Amino acid sequence: MLTAGFFYLFAVLAIASATMVIVARNPVHAVLFLILTFFNAAGLFILLGAEFLAMLLVIVYVGAVAVLFLFVVMMLDVDFAELRAGFINNAPVGLLVAGIVLVELIALFVSGAAGGLPSAIPAAAPGTEALSNTEQIGRVLYTKYVYFFQAAGLVLLVAMVGAIVLTLRHREGVKRQSIAAQNARTPATGLEMVKVASGGAVVPSSEAKR
Amino acid sequence: MTIGLAHYLTVAACLFTLGILGIFLNRKNVIVILMSVELMLLAVNINLVAFSAYLGDITGQIFALFILTVAAAEAAIGLAIIVVYYRNRGSIAVEDINMMKG
Repeated sequence: MLTAGFFYLFAVLAIASATMVIVARNPVHAVLFLILTFFNAAGLFILLGAEFLAMLLVIVYVGAVAVLFLFVVMMLDVDFAELRAGFINNAPVGLLVAGIVLVELIALFVSGAAGGLPSAIPAAAPGTEALSNTEQIGRVLYTKYVYFFQAAGLVLLVAMVGAIVLTLRHREGVKRQSIAAQNARTPATGLEMVKVASGGAVVPSSEAKR
Repeated sequence: MTIGLAHYLTVAACLFTLGILGIFLNRKNVIVILMSVELMLLAVNINLVAFSAYLGDITGQIFALFILTVAAAEAAIGLAIIVVYYRNRGSIAVEDINMMKG
């Protein structure tokens, strides 16, 4: 009974905040509602007994992805009101397509429920009763799916390199240390003999060239 | 009143539909479109975890983990592209994205 109550709490809040994500006028509010959606989805995961993924959802999505969205929304100086111009014009066709998809999906579940979707979480398989969710995932992830795990790491590496390559830019006029130039410096290149006229000032040739 | 698999699938279907609707409603705003895609991926994750729990098979959670990884990578690259695009054009409106048209 308590589980059902929490399920409806998380489900209703998740759907309501997801609705706010797509209709919010201010994109910062949209990102904050996205965070609320992720938190409620994490609650649903906990109800399903997937604690590890729930924590992962909070850490990865709320801690990294949503904050990244927040950064970008605040960094770009965009007139978001102008971007909402076609909101009402697009609404009918959007509602039509979304309604069709929703009706199809729910019809699928309802017909499937009559056929035999399980209605209760089964007891743990023999031998895994004592294992926590994290340990179960670890036992499978690092043995059967170890190559997929490595590939996931590679995907993240490529994403990181790609994001850096895309956004890194060398500004003109910024003085940077050039270690190669420093190491290549010798007394011959670093020392300059200047002939000073009597009564004149010492002006290094590198300054005089400017 | 027990909560069955169909309940979770319905929630996931609603979230997925809201993701689709978000793409249609905010056709001009790339950032909200990316957020809608994240919503759709979250719905898929809920489906996978629900099936994993109700079928007593941990594999679904492993797959949800990988989807989480790919979603994080996708968000990072997508936002990087948006930042670069904003630097070049000073706008992120979708209809302005036609520089690569041949």
